[in-house]
Amino acid sequence: MTITQLSADDIESIAVGATLLGTGGGGDPYIAKLVARQALEKHGPVDVITAADLPPDARVLTIAIIGAPTVILEKIPAGTEFTTAVKALGDYLGEPPVAIMPIEVGGLNTLLPIATAAEMGLPVLNADGMRRAFPQIEMTVFTLGGIPAGPMSVADEKGNLCVFETTSNQMAETLARTAVIQLGLANAISCYPMTAGQIAEHAIADSITYCRDVGRMLEEVQRNEDGAWERFLSETGSHRFFEGKIVDLDRRTTDGFAKSTLLLEDLHGSDQVMRIEVQNENLIAYVDDVPTITTPNLICLLDHETYEPLTTESIAYGNRCHVIGMPCAPEWQRDGVMELVGPSAFGYDVDYVEMPS
Amino acid sequence: MTNTEQQRIGIDVGGTNTDAVLIDGDGAVLNSIKTATTLDPLDGIREALRGVLEGQDASLISRAMLGTTHPANAIIQRQGLDKVGVLRLALPSSTAVNVGAAWPQDIRDVVLGPTAIIEGGHEYTGAEIAPLDEDAVRRLASEAVAAGCKAIAVSGAFSPASPEHELRSAELIRDEVGDAINVSLSHQVGALGLLERENATILNASLLTVSHAVVYGFQTALADHSLDVQSYLTQNDGTLMTAEHAAKNPVLTLASGPTNSMRGACALAGVNDAVVVDVGGTSADAGILVDGFPRESTAAVEVGGVRTNFRMPDLISIGLGGGTIVRDESSGLRIGPDSVGYAVSTEALCVGGGTLTLSDISLAAGRLDGFGDTALVAGLDADLVARSTGWVDEQISILADRMKSSREAVPLLAVGGGAHLVPNALDGISEVVRPPHHGVANAYGACISEASGSVDKVYSYDIDGREECIEDARAAAIALAVESGADPADTRITSVSEIPMTYVPGGGCRVVVKAVGPLQ
Repeated sequence: MTITQLSADDIESIAVGATLLGTGGGGDPYIAKLVARQALEKHGPVDVITAADLPPDARVLTIAIIGAPTVILEKIPAGTEFTTAVKALGDYLGEPPVAIMPIEVGGLNTLLPIATAAEMGLPVLNADGMRRAFPQIEMTVFTLGGIPAGPMSVADEKGNLCVFETTSNQMAETLARTAVIQLGLANAISCYPMTAGQIAEHAIADSITYCRDVGRMLEEVQRNEDGAWERFLSETGSHRFFEGKIVDLDRRTTDGFAKSTLLLEDLHGSDQVMRIEVQNENLIAYVDDVPTITTPNLICLLDHETYEPLTTESIAYGNRCHVIGMPCAPEWQRDGVMELVGPSAFGYDVDYVEMPS
Repeated sequence: MTNTEQQRIGIDVGGTNTDAVLIDGDGAVLNSIKTATTLDPLDGIREALRGVLEGQDASLISRAMLGTTHPANAIIQRQGLDKVGVLRLALPSSTAVNVGAAWPQDIRDVVLGPTAIIEGGHEYTGAEIAPLDEDAVRRLASEAVAAGCKAIAVSGAFSPASPEHELRSAELIRDEVGDAINVSLSHQVGALGLLERENATILNASLLTVSHAVVYGFQTALADHSLDVQSYLTQNDGTLMTAEHAAKNPVLTLASGPTNSMRGACALAGVNDAVVVDVGGTSADAGILVDGFPRESTAAVEVGGVRTNFRMPDLISIGLGGGTIVRDESSGLRIGPDSVGYAVSTEALCVGGGTLTLSDISLAAGRLDGFGDTALVAGLDADLVARSTGWVDEQISILADRMKSSREAVPLLAVGGGAHLVPNALDGISEVVRPPHHGVANAYGACISEASGSVDKVYSYDIDGREECIEDARAAAIALAVESGADPADTRITSVSEIPMTYVPGGGCRVVVKAVGPLQ
């Protein structure tokens, strides 16, 4: 039944993929990488299964870190907060989980579920709700499928724990954020409890292995292997829209979001400029004021020389980069997607732009 | 005070050369010397000092500055490092990542002694994660002494904002084991980011024996020449620490070499904003100075394979130097990346050797004089020379453009033994400057350094107001700079950066401010 296993050796590629799918935000996966490596070295490889490997009524629980990325850099996870949150939600539901699933394969939350699965001796379910990073809990394909985020649990490393029932996924976001402010801003959250049958119907399939494979392809590009760049673009359906140099970087904070605007000049000397609007993640890319790549598709910046994916926090004046547009997971193409995660959901008066085929 | 007084000596210990320069109060070079770096670097320092003081009036000298690669080499070679006991104050958090995770095994074996993650540390709010486990501090201190450690590194969660538990730990260690062991506290060493700061603190602790020897040796050498002067070491950001402070914080000197070199070149050329290209035998390194200081790299910096959160100068290196080998093959011209390196003085065609190098190309193209015999390269195909210089010009042009932050033309400073390879005109460059005395730019950079203070703190804009918060940080940075010896009248803010903290309530923002001023 088991299709594959993840060992400490896979962690590096997943981390590279997770930075890319973080699309400028999502939190730096570096700490999560160390957490996952330590857990896998201690407990051994984790089995990776799909929803189809389980009976339709099998209970699966998710795990993620919630808080502020800058706080997490100081307050490293203990590991127990994740297992506590999962066990508490299992107890509340009267049903322990048979597998652990990520909700956000992109950024820091990609690797933590693997560590939690290792610690609990459970398989990890190869699916998620975003296959990229988004800033809020309700921004998942699960919401589009009508799956409630509650009941959910939030835990810290000291034994403090809340379990919430919520009336909407937006309320789930509000309650969870309020709780973590009191709990130290580096906490564990388990939400969207689902059965294997619901996952098969609503989740984005194979996202962990997708992340690892994308990471591996990008590592081949970084090693300058023959045809690797073309392979990376065609396998992910991505296009390079711009090669530019960062000439302006305006950072500000509004309503708790790190908002910024990046301005790039064409590296090849034309007068074209690209502007990228950022709210934690890169959301809209304009070429000469014409919207060119829009959320929920991914806007990713890669270092021009090393092909390292760049996060908004690491970008500086003068960085030279490739800007690629990557289509989001096909599971996003459902009713309600634009209201939930399209440009207007983030306050931009911009129409969604299809990716070129 | 006249400018003949207030003379300064700058000494730079590099991998190959130990240089010294003597300047007057206006920055004019009175004397300079280049000597070879010795097996025991202190021998080289004494030699350079003797040379630069020859015929000078030592009584006019008031300060001496040292920039050195001693600590960096100790880490790279894993030599002379002390074993360190490690305390992390963060329990019950942080156990998912062990102390020394992701360190290369060889340096781990040499440096890491007993480690313990114990109760203590703070939350982002300033509240305790847990009260400090004082018994555990005492236990670790005894274990570390028993295991032969010479130092203990203490790192607490959020200690840059709340250092109380680290300070208390230092007291407890003293109380338990006395002066048998040195203590390094993380809030004195690094900025936010617990793992990287802990790594830097451990490295710092392991370098204390090396740094004490360097500082003691430097001060002894100065005393041997009857120099009664203030002594300083240069740190990563191009500013100074007193020698006493440097002895306790050696990790802050690790990247001072390239910083001194770039700042020295700029000061010698009399400019504040420029691209600096340092061409050696094997490679060309480019950096950029903005307002007299190197632009810092945004990427995490690894020292000997250990990740730290120091800001280091943003440098790009390419394989292009005076010894770079040129091959004219049937498939086309192939230049480098291999080089004869320092053997260029015996291997190049123009000195009777058998290898065609970029120095030969420069000589044939009329860019180089004072090296080699033109007759020996007279037979080179003119087309080959033109294609080769074309390649060099293109590479340097790309290198300079990669460093620039805007389209505006800036000066380019060409320094180093291979500086002849840099053409006199480049696109996007206002002028190519070859500063005088650039051979001792490092030592000169050390000489002209100023004192600094920096603050890295999290504020709540909604509660205290953005303007007030930034003003508080500016005032604190200036106070720290003055404490390090800066003249309050001339101390200025050199950088303010605001990093909004996502999801932190109350408009949480990390504010990093640096102030710099000339020594009083």
